[in-house]
Amino acid sequence: MATRSRCSLRSAVARLVLERPADVRLLEKGLSVGEALAAFNAAHERAGAIASFLGKVRPGEDVKALELTHYEPLTLPGMEALAEQALERFALDGVLAWHRVGTMQPGEGIVLVAAAARHRRAAFDAVDFLMDHLKSAAWFWKRERRGNHSDGGWHWIEPRDDDHAALARWTGDET
Amino acid sequence: MAVKIVFLGPLRDAAGTDSLEVPAPLDWEGLLAAVAPDLAEQLESARVHVACAGEVLADKTALEARDGDEVALLPPVSGG
Repeated sequence: MATRSRCSLRSAVARLVLERPADVRLLEKGLSVGEALAAFNAAHERAGAIASFLGKVRPGEDVKALELTHYEPLTLPGMEALAEQALERFALDGVLAWHRVGTMQPGEGIVLVAAAARHRRAAFDAVDFLMDHLKSAAWFWKRERRGNHSDGGWHWIEPRDDDHAALARWTGDET
Repeated sequence: MAVKIVFLGPLRDAAGTDSLEVPAPLDWEGLLAAVAPDLAEQLESARVHVACAGEVLADKTALEARDGDEVALLPPVSGG
């Protein structure tokens, strides 16, 4: 994963300028929610509604760390294509989809999705649509380190049936 | 030049390495022969996808990788 291109990993920087209408990023470290949403809000000043969703590493359940790996040639282009689908499908001013990769601790943010629209329904629906697709159709592989010892084992996470069921909600009039 | 085979997610553990270089060209039979037997068995599962040069193949058995191509072995995703 060495090539630097538009697919390069980027990290959040101060005075964010977002790409419009879709700002899609893979982040190697940190996911600054407040900064992202402030910049998103500023980028879509004509929107009447902004909905957002933050997915986090679930605390408890004996999970000590979560590692997300991706495949650079597919993962970011796939997320960009998904953002385009959302823009076509819903009446939106813009979307934001930021995803962490690498190792995270319980409580840390993994994914932030936001949608700006004239009216709330399109914003809510677009965020729901984006998350259902990111959860089951994006190129990410996840494993958890469990146990109380530093040598606790890593376990790969299998796709969940309810994630696929969630995705199926959107496939009635497409694919 | 060669073809680079990239192992992702749990397949990386199964292969014991991130990637492998093999002589070009590489077709489906060549791919199955290039990896360990237990990996070849997993590759034949419908749940494992194959990408070549950044495109996921609709029919992985039609693989035709040329010099310089990267072939990625994609196990089921676990979601973001």
